[in-house]
Amino acid sequence: MRKISVIATAALMAMAMCIGAAWAADEGPSLPTGLGDSGGPALPGGLEEESGPPLPIGMEGEATPTKSEAAGSGKRKLSEVLGLSGFWDIRAGIRTQRDRHEQQASLAETRLQLESQKRIGPVTSKVVTDFLYDGLADSRKIDLETGQGWMDLREANISWSPFSFADVKVGRQILTWGTGDLVFINDLFPKDYVSFFAGRDEAYLKAPSDAIKTSIFTDAVNVDIIYTPVFDSDRYITGRRMSYYNAMLGEAAGRNAIMQADVPNEWFNDSEWAARVYRNVSGYELAAYGYWGYWKSPGGMDAATGKATFPRLSVYGASARGQFARGIGNVEAGYYDSREDRAGGDPNVSNSEFRFLLGYEQDLKQISRDLTIGMQYYLEWMQDYDAYRSALPAGMPEADEYRHVVTLRLTKLLMNQNLRLSVFTFYSPSDGDVYMRPNLSYKMNDHWTFVAGGNVFFGESEETFFGQFADNTNVYCGLRYGF
Amino acid sequence: MFSKLTVALTLAAAFLMPSAAFAADEAAASPAVPGVDEIVNMTNQASYYQGSDGRAKVHMTITDEQGRAREREFVILRWDAPEAGSDVAKKDQTFTGGQKFYVYFERPADVNKMAFLVWKHLDKSDDRWLYLPALDLVKRIAASDKRTSFVGSSFFYEDVSGRHIDEDTHELVKVTGDYYVLKNTPKDPDSVEFAYYEMYVHKKTFVVVETDYYDKQGQKYRTYKAEKVETIDGYPTVTKSSMTDTKNGSKTEMDYSEVKYNLDIPEDVFTERYLRQLPYEFLR
Repeated sequence: MRKISVIATAALMAMAMCIGAAWAADEGPSLPTGLGDSGGPALPGGLEEESGPPLPIGMEGEATPTKSEAAGSGKRKLSEVLGLSGFWDIRAGIRTQRDRHEQQASLAETRLQLESQKRIGPVTSKVVTDFLYDGLADSRKIDLETGQGWMDLREANISWSPFSFADVKVGRQILTWGTGDLVFINDLFPKDYVSFFAGRDEAYLKAPSDAIKTSIFTDAVNVDIIYTPVFDSDRYITGRRMSYYNAMLGEAAGRNAIMQADVPNEWFNDSEWAARVYRNVSGYELAAYGYWGYWKSPGGMDAATGKATFPRLSVYGASARGQFARGIGNVEAGYYDSREDRAGGDPNVSNSEFRFLLGYEQDLKQISRDLTIGMQYYLEWMQDYDAYRSALPAGMPEADEYRHVVTLRLTKLLMNQNLRLSVFTFYSPSDGDVYMRPNLSYKMNDHWTFVAGGNVFFGESEETFFGQFADNTNVYCGLRYGF
Repeated sequence: MFSKLTVALTLAAAFLMPSAAFAADEAAASPAVPGVDEIVNMTNQASYYQGSDGRAKVHMTITDEQGRAREREFVILRWDAPEAGSDVAKKDQTFTGGQKFYVYFERPADVNKMAFLVWKHLDKSDDRWLYLPALDLVKRIAASDKRTSFVGSSFFYEDVSGRHIDEDTHELVKVTGDYYVLKNTPKDPDSVEFAYYEMYVHKKTFVVVETDYYDKQGQKYRTYKAEKVETIDGYPTVTKSSMTDTKNGSKTEMDYSEVKYNLDIPEDVFTERYLRQLPYEFLR
C-alpha cells in the first residue's frame, strides 16, 4: 500500500509539473518592442538600428526620450510640397424619359479640381478651382457668378485671426449654417439646384459667395456676421438644362422659354447681410439667425418685362440641435419677411412665410451595423393667404397655404465602409409629389471612387415644386480620382 | 495509508487548478499585486489619459481579406476635462473622466481636410461632429453605436476613445511574469458583439500589450496588439499597434509619430470655431 501511495503521489506530482510547465509556457503574449526587459523577444529587423534601443520601462529620468518620426514624414509628395490637392471627375447622366424641351442627356462633363491651401505667417490662403469641359453647356465663356464656362472658381479667400477672439475670412467662400439635412431655412447662402438635380457631387449644391465673414467668440455667445457686397443668387432652374413649370405659359417649359431675370447687381447697393448668434450648451447647439437681402431664387416677376425678379427679403429664425432619445434631434424655424409685399396682395411678389423644420437621426444598430435613418418634417406656411388668393390672376395655379414635406434618409455602409448606399426621399403630402435621390458610392481604393445614382421626380400635378421636374428624372454614373 | 493517499491527491488536485489557486493566492497574499479595480484604473489611465493632453500623428494601414491595403493619415488631439466641481484646471494622476478629441484627416484624398470632433462623456452618448470643408458643413453624427468601425478600419470608435470601465465586470484571472491578465465581461451582453475579452496588462507600465475578444461560442475572433512602445515625455506610449479581425479577415496597423504630451491645448480648440478654422499651432 505504501508503495502504491508513493507511486501515485509521484505520478500525480509529475502530472502537476507537466501541467504547470504547460501553463508556464502560456504566460501570455511576448512583450512588444519597448517593453521588453533583457532576454525579451528579438526585435524586428531594422527597427533597432533606426530608433535606437528602447528605453527600459519605468525609467524615471527623462534624459533621452525617444521620439518616433518614422511614419509619414520624409517622403512628402510633390502635391504636398505645393500644397496642392484635388480630384479629376467624369460623369454622365441621361433622362429616363423624353423631355420635349430638353436634351436627352442630363449630364456629360469632366472636371479637374485643384485646391491649394497655404499658410503665410498668420494668414491662410485658399484657392479651389474647377476646370471643366461640360458637353451640355451652350457656351464656354466664363461667368464666375453662374459657374458657367470652362472654369468655376469655388473658393479664393484669405483668413486670419486679428484678435484671439476673432476670425476673419475675405473672398470667395462656401458658407453653410443651420440644422436641416438638404433642407435650408436660415441658410440663405447661394445654392446650385441645377447641379443638385443633375447628379453632380453633393458638394456642388453649395454655390460660392463673395463675402467677408467676421466671427467673434466670447464666453457668452459666438457671433458670425457675413457681408456680401453684391447679391449672390442661387443657381436656379432656368429651363436651359432642366424643364420647369412656366406659370405664364401655363405649361412645362424648357429651352423654348428660358427664364430671363433681373438680378440685383449693384455693388454695395444690392448687398446682403447675414448674422448668426450661437452657443453650445453642454452639447446642445442653440442659434439665432438674421438675414437681410433678397429672395435667393426668383421670388417675383416684373409684370411689364416678364422677367423674374428677386424682391427684398429679411429672415429671422432660430434653431437647436443635440442628443435626443438615442439619436440627434434638431428643430429650426424662420420667418420670411417679404418686404416688398408685406400685405400679401401683390401677385408679382412672393408672400411672407413662416418655415419650420423638425428632424431626427439615429443609427439602427439593432437592425444592422452602419445603418442610419434620418427623418424630417418641413413646413412652409404662406402668410396673408386670403390676400394672396384674392389677388391671384385668373387661370394661375393656386398654391396651398401650407406646404408639408417629409424627408427620409437611409444610409448603409458595407465592405469596410467602402461601399455606401443611400436613398434620400422628399415627399410632400400637400403637393402630392416626390423627389428621390438614390446613390451608390464605392471607393475602389484610396484614389478611385465610382458613383452612380438617380434623381427621380413624380407628382400628381406638373405645377408643384417637385412635380414640375418629372420629365427631368435622370440616372447618372461617374468616376473620380482623388489626389 | 489511505489518508496519506488522500492528502497527496488533494495536493495534486490543488496543482491541477493552477490558475484559480495561483491567482487567488497571489492577489491575496502578495503585496506586489494590486487589486482588480486598481489594475483596471491604472490600465485605463495608461491607455487613454497619459499627460494632461496629447497629440499624435497617425498613419493607418487597413488590409482587407484579399490583401488590398488602404491608408489613412490623421492628426489626433486630446484634451481631458478637469475633475467635476473642481476649479483646478489640471487633473491628477488618477483622472479617468470626460475627454475631447479633435481628429484632422489628411489622407486619403476624399477625406482630406475633414475634421472630426468628439466630446466623450462617461454618463451619456458621446457628442460627435464632422466638418466637411467642401460644403462648409458642420454635421452632427448620431453616435449611439460605439462598436462600429472607425474610418473603415478594424478598430472601433470605442477602441480609439476608450471603453468605459463600468460597462464590464473585471476579473484578474492570471498573473504571469510580465502580465496581469484581466477578463472583462460586459454587464449588458446585448449591447456588444463579444462575450468577453481578455487583456494582457504589462505589470510595470500598465500598458495593454494584447487584448483578445471572444464571441458567444468562446471563439477568439479579434485581437489587439501593442507592437511597439516608446517612452515619450516620460510616458510609456504605444507607437505601433494592430487590430486583427478574423471574422472579416481585415487587419489594421496604426503607427503613431510626432507624439507629444502636456501641450496646454486650450479647450476652445475642441469647438466649432476650430473645425472651420484649423488650429495650426497644434496640428503641425
